[in-house]
Amino acid sequence: MDSGASRLETAYLRETPAPTLPPPALSSGALGWTRKNLFSGPISSVFTLLTIAFAAWTLPGLVRYFILDAVWRADDGAACRAPGAGACWAYIGQKFPFFMYGSYPREWVWRVDVTFVVGAALIVWLLAPKLRGKQVAAFLFFVAFPVLGFVLLSGWEAVGLPKVGTDLWGGVLVSLVVSAVGIVVSLPGGVLLAMGRRSRLPMVRMASVVFIEVVRGVPLITVLFMANFMLPLFVPDNWSPDRLVRPLIGVSLFASAYMAEVVRGGLQAMPKGQFEGAMALGLGYGRMMRLVVLPQALTKVIPGIVNTFIGLFKDTTLVAIVGIYDFLRTVDTARLDPLWAGPSISTTGYVFAAMFYFIFCFGMSRYSQYMERELSKDRQR
Amino acid sequence: MADAAASATADTAVELAGVNKWYGKFHVLRDINLTVGRGEKIVICGPSGSGKSTMIRCVNRLEEHQSGRIVVNGIELTSDLKRIDEIRRDVGMVFQSFNLFPHLTILENCVLAPVWVRNMPRKEAEELAMKYLTRVRIPEQAGKYPGQLSGGQQQRVAIARALCMNPKIMLFDEPTSALDPEMVKEVLDTMVSLAAEGMTMLCVTHEMGFARQVADRVVFMDAGEIVEANAPAEFFANPRHERTRAFLGQILH
Repeated sequence: MDSGASRLETAYLRETPAPTLPPPALSSGALGWTRKNLFSGPISSVFTLLTIAFAAWTLPGLVRYFILDAVWRADDGAACRAPGAGACWAYIGQKFPFFMYGSYPREWVWRVDVTFVVGAALIVWLLAPKLRGKQVAAFLFFVAFPVLGFVLLSGWEAVGLPKVGTDLWGGVLVSLVVSAVGIVVSLPGGVLLAMGRRSRLPMVRMASVVFIEVVRGVPLITVLFMANFMLPLFVPDNWSPDRLVRPLIGVSLFASAYMAEVVRGGLQAMPKGQFEGAMALGLGYGRMMRLVVLPQALTKVIPGIVNTFIGLFKDTTLVAIVGIYDFLRTVDTARLDPLWAGPSISTTGYVFAAMFYFIFCFGMSRYSQYMERELSKDRQR
Repeated sequence: MADAAASATADTAVELAGVNKWYGKFHVLRDINLTVGRGEKIVICGPSGSGKSTMIRCVNRLEEHQSGRIVVNGIELTSDLKRIDEIRRDVGMVFQSFNLFPHLTILENCVLAPVWVRNMPRKEAEELAMKYLTRVRIPEQAGKYPGQLSGGQQQRVAIARALCMNPKIMLFDEPTSALDPEMVKEVLDTMVSLAAEGMTMLCVTHEMGFARQVADRVVFMDAGEIVEANAPAEFFANPRHERTRAFLGQILH
């Protein structure tokens, strides 16, 4: 080493081990971060400045309209109709019970609240990875909760809860019932259809393909119309399903068909070796799918599954077309109240609806990203 | 035929008689006849595409043969799913690509089949798994996931996982071909010790040192047929068929 680095060496022997060093410090402080990320070159600088300009142009108006000039308290729409008035939050406050429960009898809305709270608690229990006893939670949510919810919401005279017909249900209640049923049915439904589509039995395969392609090939509105008007034709009169159950069936079938294709994508992506490894151990088809293939395949397609859930959640607004008062329809109806009619009032109502849908969809999206990280944490090489 | 089958069951582990198989029109297995005695170790070698993997995959029905008879542990393989499952329970298999389940820990990989297929209590299955993981010398990795282990370690786990079912026969499909050179030995050592305990083994491998050391018979396949089978000393010293000589000339330097 001492004899000059310029000499070409053919033999080399390391005499001292190379030291282990910490990685170099990339940037220092906020200024360094700003320069590196926001002004790293002319194009980046232009985009940064354009973004700032856009924010400066739009934000003040939005803040003024929705916060500074907004009407927070009022007994009717007069204050909101005054010139220069911003968003009419007073109207949201006034109509809030209607948005939440539709025409559900006011003295019984506690039944809806209890259902919401129990459902939310069970969902948190089910979804938070740190909470234990998932099997108990799953049993309570998928078996006990639907029974409880049905008894509470629709009533059971024997326990002193008068019947409340679904024609009185509405608002957030209906939107959540339709989405929850759609989501809970579509995942297992989609898994079964996807497995059916890959089955070796020609009849099973054909039935799955026909179902998926037909349901996926028509608009949801058509499915809802068919569920609404055709289902009653297939069953005896007194068996005719409830007017809320019909769109529930329609939405569930529709979502299952979409879910089936998402799940099939995951199954397709499974290496053949996983199937062979499971088969060679003597696991039959059912156990192979349940214990080895599906846990991996479903994890792979979490983004697609959540995408379908989000689409389904927003598509529930279409049940309005068969006369169901979902959340968006209640908002749309409430703004026609002559006491509250006014341009800023309609806008406020729709912004409120948008916020509601956004919060739920964004929540689902964030949770799925969190779950993806959680599931891949241990398995990274 | 019935007499032959009956007499064969006692000390025959696997019997292939006149087995043929096609992929579409391509004739992959041609008139395969091979009888493997209980406790016998067979090494199957041959050029790639010669049908050696296909042949051992027929033994646990990962591939279906189209004509001929395959009898495993006295049970003839037909399309009867019950029989297939029965055979698979007693035949362990180790793959070139390990095929461990990446979403389960090493211990869960080993426990899965005993619990779900043999209905073994979980605790007992875990003890059994730890016993075999100790035998392949990686008990300390039990809580890790397959992706965190080296290739050689994964393959040893795969062997342990198969052993947890207490198989009567072990199939090895090129178990060291996907491994880095320095990891081949640890897997071969495991297989050698398994052979020493009297396990019936069918190994597709190119490790001729392993064949010399362990095999009772070396089977050479080419173009879908068994060309030559002999005791290893004789097989390597005096290959009789021209194709065997050509093959050995290629792989032994």
